[in-house]
Amino acid sequence: MTTLSVSNLNVSLADKEVVKNFSVELSVGDWVCVIGPNGAGKSSMLRALAGIVESTGEMHIDQKDLRKLNQKARACWIAYVAQEPVMPQGMSVFNYVMLGRTAHLNMLASESARDVEVTNYVIDEIGLHDFVDRDVATLSGGERQRVAIARALAQASPIVLLDEPTTALDVGYQQDVLELIDRLRKEKKIAVISTMHDLTVSGLYPDRLMLLSEGKTVEQGEAKKVLTSATINEHYGASVEVLDSPNGPIVIPVRPNN
Amino acid sequence: MAAIATVRKLPRTTWLISAVAVAVTVVIGLSVGAVAIAPMDAFKEVLSHLTNDKVVSPLSETDSTIIWNLRLPRVLLALVVGSMLSSAGCAYQGAFRNPLADPYLLGVSAGAGLGATIVIFTRSENSRWELPLAAFVGALAAVMLTYLLGRSAIVGRSSTSLVLAGVAVASMLTALQTLLQQRNTDKIREVYSWVLGRLSTAGWGDLRLVTPYILVCITVLILYRRVLDIFSVGDEEAHTMGLAVGKARAAIIVAASLGTAAAVSVTGLIGFVGIIVPHTVRLVVGHSYRSLLPLATIFGGVFLVLADVIARTVLAPQEISIGVVTALIGAPFFLFILGSSRHGSIT
Repeated sequence: MTTLSVSNLNVSLADKEVVKNFSVELSVGDWVCVIGPNGAGKSSMLRALAGIVESTGEMHIDQKDLRKLNQKARACWIAYVAQEPVMPQGMSVFNYVMLGRTAHLNMLASESARDVEVTNYVIDEIGLHDFVDRDVATLSGGERQRVAIARALAQASPIVLLDEPTTALDVGYQQDVLELIDRLRKEKKIAVISTMHDLTVSGLYPDRLMLLSEGKTVEQGEAKKVLTSATINEHYGASVEVLDSPNGPIVIPVRPNN
Repeated sequence: MAAIATVRKLPRTTWLISAVAVAVTVVIGLSVGAVAIAPMDAFKEVLSHLTNDKVVSPLSETDSTIIWNLRLPRVLLALVVGSMLSSAGCAYQGAFRNPLADPYLLGVSAGAGLGATIVIFTRSENSRWELPLAAFVGALAAVMLTYLLGRSAIVGRSSTSLVLAGVAVASMLTALQTLLQQRNTDKIREVYSWVLGRLSTAGWGDLRLVTPYILVCITVLILYRRVLDIFSVGDEEAHTMGLAVGKARAAIIVAASLGTAAAVSVTGLIGFVGIIVPHTVRLVVGHSYRSLLPLATIFGGVFLVLADVIARTVLAPQEISIGVVTALIGAPFFLFILGSSRHGSIT
C-alpha cells in the first residue's frame, strides 16, 4: 500500500516562512483536507508537495525519497490540480486529458496506443464522452474542474493534490466534483490532499481535516474535533455556530455580539 | 460502449496540398523575373542539371545561367530562410505563451544588426564572409547575453524576465548600432539595405553555408512540437506534469536562435514572416503545435519565395526590399484571414 509521509515541511516565500513544520502521513484511499484562513499557507504547502515552490523537510513515498527524484519521476507519484487550471484556447478536451501522460513519455516521444487507451479509459470513467472534441477554453467552471481532474487521473499517480477544487463552483457543481473525487479515491486507490474553503463541505467528504493558521498546523483530526466554534473563532476571527448533523458538523456564520 | 476518441490528425490531403504548394511556388519563383521563362522550361532546366543532362534543357545558355546560377539558389534560400523564420517564431510563441513572440524576441535581430553594422563600417574592401560571420556571431552573442541576464533574474519559473531581458538587450544593441550609424552617415544606405533584408545577392555559396544549420534547427523544433502543446498550460502545471520546463525551453531557444542567426546572416533582417505565417496557419488549422509547427515551417518557405517574386517584379528592373514586401503583403493578408477565420482569436 502506497503511503506518503511528509515531515517538517517548511516553505519560505520572499524570506517569510509561510509553512512551518507541516507533517502528514496518508495512504492510498485516504482524503486529507487542509483548511485555514486566507494566507495560512494552504496553497503554498500543496505547491511545495507538487514541487512548484522550494521547500525543506522530508518527503517520502514508501521509503522512497521524493527529493531525490527528478520532476518526471516525481510526477509519476504526485499529480496536481491547480485552483484555476489553465485551459489553453483551441485545445480539445481529449488532447488536454492526454497531457496527463507527459510523465510517462520521453520528452520528444509521441503518445503510444497505450496512452490513447488510458486517456479514453479516463474519459469514460469521468463521463466526458459528450465533449471530447470541445475546446477546453469554452468549458464552464464545473466542467473545467472535471477535465483537470481527468488529466490528473491520466497521469496515473497514486497521490493527487487538489487546490481548492470547488471554490468557484455553485453548490450543484460542487457536489458533482466532490462526489467524483470521493468515488475515484476509493475505487482507484488514490490518496488525496486537498485544500478547501467551505468549512461545512470540508467536513462532509474527507477523512481528516488539518487546520493551518499562520503556517502552523494548529488542529487536526476528524471534522467533529476540528470544526468547533472556539477553534474557528480563534483562527479565523469569525463568530460561528456549529451544529451537529448526521453528515458532520455544520458551520453557520452568525453576527458578532448577538 | 461509446466511440473511442483518438488523436485528431490532419487529413493526408493537407500534406499533399503543402507539397503541391511548395512545388508550384518554386516553379513560379524560377520562371518569373526580368527575363520571363516558361515554367515547364524552367522545370526541365532543373531536371537536366539533376539528371546529368539526361533530360535535355530547352533553354539558351544565358537563360540556363539565369535559372541555375541566379534564380534557383535564390528561390531555395528564400524557401529555407522563410521556413526557419516561421518555425522559430512559431516555437517562440509556444515556448513563451506569447502571441507577439517572433524569432527576434531575444535579441537576435539587434545583435545581428550590430555585428553587420560594425563590419560594414570598418572593412576596407568587400570580403564575402565577414558580413554573414559578424551577423551570425552578433546574433548568438545577443541571445546568450539575454539568456544569462534573464536566467539570473528569474524568480520561480517564469519566462517573463527572459522576455524582458530580451527587450533590454535589444534596445541597448540597437542604440549602439544607431550611435555607429550617426558617426558614419556615408554608409547608412548599405546598413539600411541589410536591415530590411535582401535575397538579391543569394548564391549557391550562401545556400550551402546556412542550409545545414537551418535543417538541423528545424528538425529539433519539430521534434519539440508535442512539448510546445504542454507549454500551453503554463510553466507551473507543465512542471507538475513532469516536463523539465527549463531544459525544454532552453533547447527550443538554442535551436530557434541558432537557425535564425544562420538565416539572417545571409539575408539580413526579414521581418514579419515569423509572426504572420504561424498565426495565419493557426487560424486555419487550429492551435495544436503538432500540426501547426510543421505547416508553419512549410508555408513560411512558400510565403518568402512568393514575397521575393513580388519584390523583384513589381518595380522591375529595380528590386524592393523583401522586408517591405513581407509586411506590405503579409499584414493585409493576415488581417483578411483573421477576419474570416472560424478559429476566431489567436491568443
